[in-house]
Formats: sequence, structure tokens, C-alpha cells
Amino acid sequence: MALLQISEPGQSPNPHQRRIAVGIDLGTTHSLVASVRNGVAECLPDAQGRVILPSAVRYLDAQRRQIGHEALANQLQDPANTIVSVKRLMGRGLKDVAQAAKLPYALVDTPTMVQVRTVAGDKSPVEVSAEILATLRYRAEDSFNDDIFGAVITVPAYFDDAQRQATKDAAQLAGLNVLRLINEPTAAAIAYGLDNAAEGVYAVYDLGGGTFDISILRLSAGVFEVLAAGGDSALGGDDYDRALADWLLQQGGLVADSMEDQARLLAQARQCKEALSSHDAVPVDVALASGRIVLTVSRSQFEAATAALTQRTMQAVKKALRDAGLANDEVKGAVMVGGSTRMPQVRQAVREYFGQEPLTNLNPDEVVALGAAIQANQLAGNNPEGDLLLLDVIPLSLGIETMGGLVERIVPRNQTIPTAMAQDFTTYKDGQTALALHVVQGERDLVADCRSLGRFELRGIPPMAAGVARIRVTFTVDADGLLNVAAREQVSGVEARIDVKPAYGLSEEQIAQMLRESFSTAQQDMQARALVEARVDADRLLLATRSALAVDGDLLAPEERAAIDAAMLATEQAMGSPQAAEVEAASKALAQATEAFAAARMNHGIAQALAGKNIETI
Amino acid sequence: MNLQADDFELFGLRRRFAQDRAVLDARWKELQREAHPDKFAAQGAAAQRIALQWSVRINEAYQRLKDPLKRAAYLCESHGFAVNAHSNTAMPAAFLMQQMEWREALDEAHDVDTLEALDATVQTSRKLALQQCATLLDEKQDFAGAVDQVRILMFMDKFSQDLHQRLDQFA
Repeated sequence: MALLQISEPGQSPNPHQRRIAVGIDLGTTHSLVASVRNGVAECLPDAQGRVILPSAVRYLDAQRRQIGHEALANQLQDPANTIVSVKRLMGRGLKDVAQAAKLPYALVDTPTMVQVRTVAGDKSPVEVSAEILATLRYRAEDSFNDDIFGAVITVPAYFDDAQRQATKDAAQLAGLNVLRLINEPTAAAIAYGLDNAAEGVYAVYDLGGGTFDISILRLSAGVFEVLAAGGDSALGGDDYDRALADWLLQQGGLVADSMEDQARLLAQARQCKEALSSHDAVPVDVALASGRIVLTVSRSQFEAATAALTQRTMQAVKKALRDAGLANDEVKGAVMVGGSTRMPQVRQAVREYFGQEPLTNLNPDEVVALGAAIQANQLAGNNPEGDLLLLDVIPLSLGIETMGGLVERIVPRNQTIPTAMAQDFTTYKDGQTALALHVVQGERDLVADCRSLGRFELRGIPPMAAGVARIRVTFTVDADGLLNVAAREQVSGVEARIDVKPAYGLSEEQIAQMLRESFSTAQQDMQARALVEARVDADRLLLATRSALAVDGDLLAPEERAAIDAAMLATEQAMGSPQAAEVEAASKALAQATEAFAAARMNHGIAQALAGKNIETI
Repeated sequence: MNLQADDFELFGLRRRFAQDRAVLDARWKELQREAHPDKFAAQGAAAQRIALQWSVRINEAYQRLKDPLKRAAYLCESHGFAVNAHSNTAMPAAFLMQQMEWREALDEAHDVDTLEALDATVQTSRKLALQQCATLLDEKQDFAGAVDQVRILMFMDKFSQDLHQRLDQFA
């Protein structure tokens, strides 16, 4: 009789039948993690049954920290070390942070991304975000008692390259394999569209704690095509709190100088704002060092104090519709996302503009994480029959600086990604052998009014007369919305390429440094971690190769098949090695051995997509 | 099929100017379903790199095919008639006259109604120019003549942009 197999403790008999993939909504005020279980997307709760994790990190000393509810509970006692709304600082320099002086903690100016001064030292917003992401990662691992295969992280559609890169860096720091960054309104549209079998053009109005997005999408047969995206990455519920806080101070004739006062006042304003969503008037009583404010705020007073903010969102809505080439009556429904859409004046503005009741049947706090989980499940390959296809766009134009500080646009906004676009430039002076390229993002014509993403140089151009050299600059934006720039002088073939590590981003060395110092490596030996990662990567590649062979193995000649089989066998053997480098080398060899196969599969797939169609080539 | 295939071949369409937008859109989505990097997210770096190349190529072809002006220019160029929009700005005299009249009208327009009326005039002319393009390309195979129409259309589009910018100022 054959012996039955029993798996190792803690491992399911066939651990890779289903890969654990999660969607993470990394929000300004709160964050969530969701996953598809038994075909249904659901938010994962913590040990106390709460799904929402406040996006707050409190540093107690060099080692200890509190994250989420605990951090928030102590915020008023220790505002300077309790970092909230860190999302507003991602990929930003100090001068970009509006109202930095009114934050209840201290910012440090650096040549790159702004940092926060805490009792545990100066912390980059990337590190603070990584703490939040790691907490959600542990929560998911505990829920499934298994490792996480990968994660889809959501970002505001209006996030620029620097902000996206910072988010991806934070995920890497938290030990997450990022399957994809997707836009928050697109994630919400997935959850809404699949739930309601929606078809047609929809607007997603997403007003979160610190960001505002508007996306216009066409939904048809599982395809989510973004027609236009717009918004403001520094406009959200926080600003409504601040506007109300300013109004309260003005009414009381007081000032709030200390961090404690500011934290107390903002907390009070926020409570008042939330209460006003269900009450017509709310009493406020807040004691500051300069005196006490006791009054009753009516909803109409609050609406008047914040009308300019609501107005700003509606201007972005109009612009997005114009970009999509649509009129407001061509939109079938307006989906409301984000906790701030609970404010009656926001719903009223959307209702008036679209001439219909906004769609509020989804939990505005959870919908983004749920949509991300659905996409993560599909990207991980758990749903091979899934026909979900996201065709998203880049929200802001990309260009480079030319003579006189002007921007030459290379990729216009609302271009479907991934995309690659190129433009030719030339030299200004006779004998010029180098070219400084300054990459910017934004809609304005002057470099000074756009966001600087990075600078790089193309050197070694052979001396030529001015205007003779042909320098082709190619911008490639990948499916995460991240930019890569390459420049090549066409006559000599001199090349330069940069991953745009934004001016306000972190260098590879900085990230490596943080990884070394991070929480996740404090307990774990670096080498052990490297080995585990190398094995996971090798395993992932083996699985992908096996499933590719099962589907399209017939595309290979016998000797090609034999070469791949040999590389697979070598990788399987190398996985037993205690040396990470050996495992990595075997993986690399396998990747090389399968490159031609991957290309052949793609050609075959494209041909299949057209087969049976009325092919009309001449 | 390979990455070097031209736009029409890639989309399985006849190499001609007249195209059905609904067919084009459907074909675009079918191709992206096969090639989009999302389909290969759980696979190795090699598969993802190839998917990125293909997906980019499909989007590039789609952008060109769906825009009548770009499509016309592409057809002219693929038949060896370069548009050279930057170096060759020669225009038929009659069109130059009309262009100048429009410019004057734009400068003198100070309200939304006048601007919108001018916009309607330009759009009508544009439609006519596109029809002429279709005849020259699909029926007469007169690519030199089509190049002239393409240049005229480029001028019109530039003018429309300026006009819409003015309209935006009123909005």
C-alpha cells in the first residue's frame, strides 16, 4: 500500500493552490486590508474585531512604538511624537506641505523628502507609512496563518510620480511584494461595478481624509476604462477640520500656538464636523492656553466656512468631464467614496451637478480596500477565469525642461498606461557634449510651476555643430503609473537611462539603510531573510513556468523544452541550498531560459485574440 | 504577429482611412486582455517585460488609429509621403486666407456666443476636410493631396485648441 503524505505543521497540504493576496487602502486618516475569501472580498479585522486601522504611529522611544488605535488614544498627551496624516507628506519637500506650521508635530527640512522629528529620531514619511503597512501585513498573515503572496496598494489617482514611488518604497520596507499600485477611485469602481453589474459611464467622487480624486470611467463587460482622472492630492476631510478650527478660533478671538492646543482644537473640530453630518447644530467646548471656546455650531455655519473647499472639488469634476469629452448628463451614476462624502453639503453639490441622487450604497470607508482585494486576487492568478481588465490613465502630464524654463510635454495627461512616448531634442551650442535633462510633471507651461521629478545627464555626445545632434528622449510609464526615462543620441548611439528616483524620493541606499535598521530585520537575521526571499522568488518562477508549459508547451521545439526542463530541475535542486546567492543564480538562469518562450507565448496570445475575427489585412 | 507589425495589421484592420470606431475600441480591449502586464503579474520578470512592451505597443497603435488626423498622417507616411509638419508649412492660398479670417474673428470675439459660433464654423470645415481626406486616401489613393489636407487639419486643430482655451477663460 502506498504511504500517504502528511504536510509540515503550519502548512496546508498544497500551499500554493491558492495564493494569499491582499488589497491595502493606505489612507490619510485610516487604513484597511482586505482579501478575497471563498470568492467574496472582505476587510480583515484585528484581534479586537476592528477593520479600520487609524493611520497613526506614535514613537515612544528609539525602540517602541504604538500603531493605530493605541497611538491615536494617546495623541493628545503626546502630539509631537504621534504622526497622523503622514500620507500628506509622502514624496514632498517641506515647502510643498501646506500649513506645515499648523501640524501638531515638527517637520525637518532635508534636501529630499521632508522628515518628522520624533523622540526616536527623524523619520521619513516612507518609514512611518511602512509601520502602518507592516501592521496590516501582520494582521493578514495572522488571519490566514500563512505568508502573503503579494499586495495591491491603492494610491490617489492624482498622486504624482514622487508620491507613487514613495508608496511603493514604503511597501517594500514593510516586506510586501507589490503586485500593483492601483488608483483608489478605480478600486472603488471595481467593487461597485462588480457588485451592481454596472455598465456605462460612471463618475467616482472620492473625498478622503487628505486627498480628493475624481475619475470618469466606462464600464463594459469586465473592462474598467478610465476616460479621465483629476483631483487634488492635498484636499480632504483634514482641510474641512482645519477650516472649522480656524473659524472657531476666529469666533473665540483666540490663538492656538502650542502643538497640544492645535491637536486638541483639530480633534474637537473633527468631532464637530462628524456630528454635523447627522445633526443640525452641535455644541463645542474646547479649552486652549489662550482661553476657552464655548459655542454652538450650526450646519449652515460649517457649510459656509468650508464652501470654498467643496467648490474646489466641483471645479475638478467639471475639468475631468471636459477632459473625457462628456457632458454631465451622459454620466449614468456618481459613486461616492471616502469618509468625507458623508458630509451633506458634499452630497448636495454632487446631486446638483449631476442632476441625480449620488450612489452611496457602499461603505465609503471599505470600498477601496475591497476593490483592491479583488484585483489582488486576480493578479495573483487565483481567478484564471476572471475577466477583469483595468485600463487606467496617468493623471498629470510629463515633460522635460527646455531653454527658457519652458516645459515640453512628452506624455499628456489622461493617456492610457502603460505607455511610452518619445520626442527628439537637439543641442544648443557648437561642440556641446552633454545634455542636462530635467523631468517635470504638471499642466503648467513654466517649469517653475510644475513638480520637479528628477534630473539626469546624457554625456559623451561627440562634438557636433549646434542643432545637429538628435537626442531622442523616451518616457515609459508602467502599469503602476511609474516613470522611467531614457535618452539616446541617435547619430552616435550614446545612451543614458534613469529610473526616476524623484527629487523628493529616497535613494536605493537610503532604502537599503532603512531596511537594515527596520523593525522587520531587527528580529530576523538578514541572511535568513534573503534566503527565504530567494526561495519564494524561485518558487514563484517555477510555478509560473509550470503553468505556462501546461498551457502552451506545444509551442516549444523538443530541444527548447529540454533546456527549460533542465533549468527547472537545476532551480528545484538549488532551492535546497542554504546560500541565497545560489538560489538567485538558478532563478536567473531559469528566467533567461524561458525568455524566448515568454515572447512566443505572447505572440501566440495576440494571434489568438485576432483569430476568428474578420482579419482584413491587405 | 510580432512587435514590428504595423498598426493596422496589429489590430487586424484593413489599411484604409475609414474605420468603425466601435470595432477599433473592441479590438483594443481584446488585445489588451491578452497582453496587459496585469495578466502576468504573478509570473517572472521576463514575462512582465514582454507584456509591458506589447501593451505599450497596442496603446500606441490605438492612439494613432482612433484619431482621424493621426490615422491619415500614418497612412500617408506608410506610403512614403511624409507630412513633415515642422519643416514644411506650405498651405494652399485659399486656406491661408480662411485661417487669417478665423484668427481675426478670434481676436475680436469677446463673448461666449461669438466664440461658440466660431467653434461651430471650424468644426464644420474640419468635418469637410476629413471627408476629403477619406476620398483622397481610400478612393483616389492620392497621398500627396492627402498630405495637404492633413496639414490643413493640423492647423485647424491648433486653432481649435486656442479657441477652447479662450472658452475656458469664460467658464
